[in-house]
Amino acid sequence: MKTMFEKSTPCRQGVCQNLTTSKAADFLPRGLLRSARVRLPELGELDVVRHFTRLSRRNFGVDGNFYPLGSCTMKYNPKFTEVVAALPGFTRLHPLTAQLKGAGHFTQGALEVMYDMEHLLCEITGMAGYTLHPMAGAHGELTGAMIIAAYHKAKGNKKTKIICPDSAHGTNPASAALAGFEVVNIESKDGIVDPEALRAALTDDVAGVMLTCPNTLGLFERHLPEIVRMIHDVDALLYYDGANMNAIMGKMRVGDAGFDVVHLNLHKTFATPHGGGGPGSGPVGVCEKLVPFLPISRVKKLEDGRYILDYDHPQSIGYMAPFYGNFGVMLKAYAYILRLGREGLTRATEYAVLSANYLRKRLEDVLEIPYNRICMHEFVASAVGDALNGVRALDIAKALLDKGHHAPTIYFPLIVKECIMVEPTETECKDTLDGFVDDLIEIVQRAGTDPDSVKASPVTLPVSRLDETKAARDMVLTDDCGCE
Amino acid sequence: MPYVPHTEEETRQMLETVGVTSMEELFADIPRHLRPKSFDIPHGLSEMEVMARMERLAARNKVDLVSFLGAGFYDHHIPAAVDALVSRGEFYTAYTPYQPEASQGTLQAIFEFQTAICRLMDMDCTNASVYDGGSAIFEAMMMGVRASKKRNKLVISEALSPIYRIMLSSYTFNLNLELVTVPHKQGQTDIRALMDAVDTDTAAVVVQNPNFFGQVNDFSELCQHARAVKATSVISVYPLMQSVLKTPGEMGADVAVADAQSLGQPLSFGGPYLGIMACTKQMVRQLPGRIVGRTVDGQDRTGYVLTLQAREQHIRRQKATSNICSNQALCALRTLIHMSLLGPGGLEQTATRCMELAHYAAKRLTDIPGVELLTDGPFCNEFALKLPVSAYEVVDALTERGYVPGFPLGRYYEGLENCLLVACTEKHTREDIGIMAEMLGGLLK
Repeated sequence: MKTMFEKSTPCRQGVCQNLTTSKAADFLPRGLLRSARVRLPELGELDVVRHFTRLSRRNFGVDGNFYPLGSCTMKYNPKFTEVVAALPGFTRLHPLTAQLKGAGHFTQGALEVMYDMEHLLCEITGMAGYTLHPMAGAHGELTGAMIIAAYHKAKGNKKTKIICPDSAHGTNPASAALAGFEVVNIESKDGIVDPEALRAALTDDVAGVMLTCPNTLGLFERHLPEIVRMIHDVDALLYYDGANMNAIMGKMRVGDAGFDVVHLNLHKTFATPHGGGGPGSGPVGVCEKLVPFLPISRVKKLEDGRYILDYDHPQSIGYMAPFYGNFGVMLKAYAYILRLGREGLTRATEYAVLSANYLRKRLEDVLEIPYNRICMHEFVASAVGDALNGVRALDIAKALLDKGHHAPTIYFPLIVKECIMVEPTETECKDTLDGFVDDLIEIVQRAGTDPDSVKASPVTLPVSRLDETKAARDMVLTDDCGCE
Repeated sequence: MPYVPHTEEETRQMLETVGVTSMEELFADIPRHLRPKSFDIPHGLSEMEVMARMERLAARNKVDLVSFLGAGFYDHHIPAAVDALVSRGEFYTAYTPYQPEASQGTLQAIFEFQTAICRLMDMDCTNASVYDGGSAIFEAMMMGVRASKKRNKLVISEALSPIYRIMLSSYTFNLNLELVTVPHKQGQTDIRALMDAVDTDTAAVVVQNPNFFGQVNDFSELCQHARAVKATSVISVYPLMQSVLKTPGEMGADVAVADAQSLGQPLSFGGPYLGIMACTKQMVRQLPGRIVGRTVDGQDRTGYVLTLQAREQHIRRQKATSNICSNQALCALRTLIHMSLLGPGGLEQTATRCMELAHYAAKRLTDIPGVELLTDGPFCNEFALKLPVSAYEVVDALTERGYVPGFPLGRYYEGLENCLLVACTEKHTREDIGIMAEMLGGLLK
């Protein structure tokens, strides 16, 4: 499909502005102005609408396709939450209005949403305080790692390392490094953290341990109580990566279990849309002793019931966001929590886990399931074995696209060969799950009889497999081929 | 139960297939003593009830103020087609395009976004966006640190947004980096002092155009100096104004960054927005975040993929260029559609109208006895005023009457307690400005 730039016709106007007859040069010296007009497309409004409508048809999304992308919790995004976030009372609010001394009472609705949201998240996870500022999961990790650093600094501890298990998301070590820590990786045993490996790595200079629970294999960390004790014994802090929170709502609170810092992904667990890669929201919760280190501002409720922004926290790590985080995303998650309530949240977790186990069980004779026991909200399969005739996880993923399903996550976690990581979520009906199983059975059978047809997929989409090596070598990153 | 479609019969069948008798059995791995001590969340509400509650909350925010607040975040008109298009479920319920064949819509849109941003900035390469303007500056500084290998000194202008300066000092507190802030001069970026501060120990220098006080500069000389001492020059810009202002590319900057809120994002009480980063081709491997490249499939058809992934954390883990594993894709799509709808002419018109109104406002306001411009340098749509009284008091008094006259600079700058930062956009009218000027005049009498 042509790009917009290729469709452009000089002097064609889109949304006609006709705002002024003045020129920029009337207000600024020529030397401060750009020498040539910016080369953006010149198209009519309908041309633009049609271009993007056509582009949208070249995309899979939850609205149109089963999207069992492991670790990403691609559940249904309720439409009414979009209406909530688009209310003019929220979208038109300038963030600085809340910082004007006399204008706090003009933003009470927004401040109440944030205050209430923090308290709901505290109760859901059993933490003492929250910040809503981090703008994505990885940003939450960075915030959490910085809080850990600030805590140890304040105590005068000389701690320089953070431990990550080998099953961790790649962002965990990257976030820890960005916060100034040295990263120590430890190996798993039987798919979960090996307490002995952890003990060996837990030296006095360890500031914290980042854990995903259930982990990326979809397994609950059975040694958790022991792990918590060991970590706290050396005055290290335990970090909870909330990527997999959808597996435990109402069943366990990470604060009760002894975690000190947690980030949540509102775009996963709390059903805000992923938007093709963002915007997300990654609130961070902490235990009591870490509350003073949370980013500023914090929302405070006064005795007379008014809400204010409170900047008076001298131990705070400072600003993680220019303002209060991705407020528009919070609104959607807040509406979702109000809608589901305590029974609905618990029910979401139960059906997420049931659906994953149902798929795991139905697929155990189809694909190798390396850790074939009760899993949480996701499980991993492995595309190995002679029956597959050399058909790999990648081939199966592409063949699923031809069946109209988005593929599961593949080749992650790294510790499973030819890994296929499936997370169905609670919002998919049994018919959809059964259809997915039938399609996988057909693909695996075809691998036995006609492996080349599987390796040739996808054949029903606008493009077939793309040459990624060429993309990296040629580096055509714009329509102008700006790079060599 | 909302959004859980399973019938009782299906639930029973599924449990049976799994080989358990109850839902609870699925959670047997979680020990009893780790079960929630409380889970005191209110009962669920109907969609109608939640909507009513949210509408009540929204109504408690006063959004019919005539506001001259800017400070980097501006209330521009967004064509209705932007919302209509990004509301398509195929865009907003998709995730990161890990399966390119099923994500050509998102990928081509990002490629077009990259093209549009590079052309706007006159730079070679860009990524698919980062969280916001502040994190973009931080990431750009870190590009400079990596490119310089061992240098740890960062020079920033005090006329760079104080909001971003606080973010930078927060982000770097546990890193072995030295932030040197060069004071502003009556609201002017002190280019001479910056050039003196940038030396062979400097990894990066960061300035803003127009600066926080609205002042427009040409940073060519500074960029040239930075290049001579092998420091990375970073310019933070106001993307809408970039349609008329001399570009970072023309000035010879190594990295251009911005918050693209002004291109298609509603103010939304602080987010979501998006940070954009564009750089020279020499810097591309230092660039964090998602990048889309053009390629072909087996039948030689053009297609798009995520590329240069060797920089990223799922491969490099702690050695990655950054921890950023997503982008503000939907916001980037908004920005792209917004730019496409307006086109070069629409953007220029909008930028020029903002300037026209701001210059009118500056004239009207400085006609008031005792009110003068903080500095007489060139500005676009925002300027700083010196008042004879505290700016806080003025803001409080006028806001009560429905007009927010601007942002009190004393909030972030000691010694500027009497100064007010006033921004205009195309949404203001001359009448709005006239009324505000009369109110201020009346107050100061």
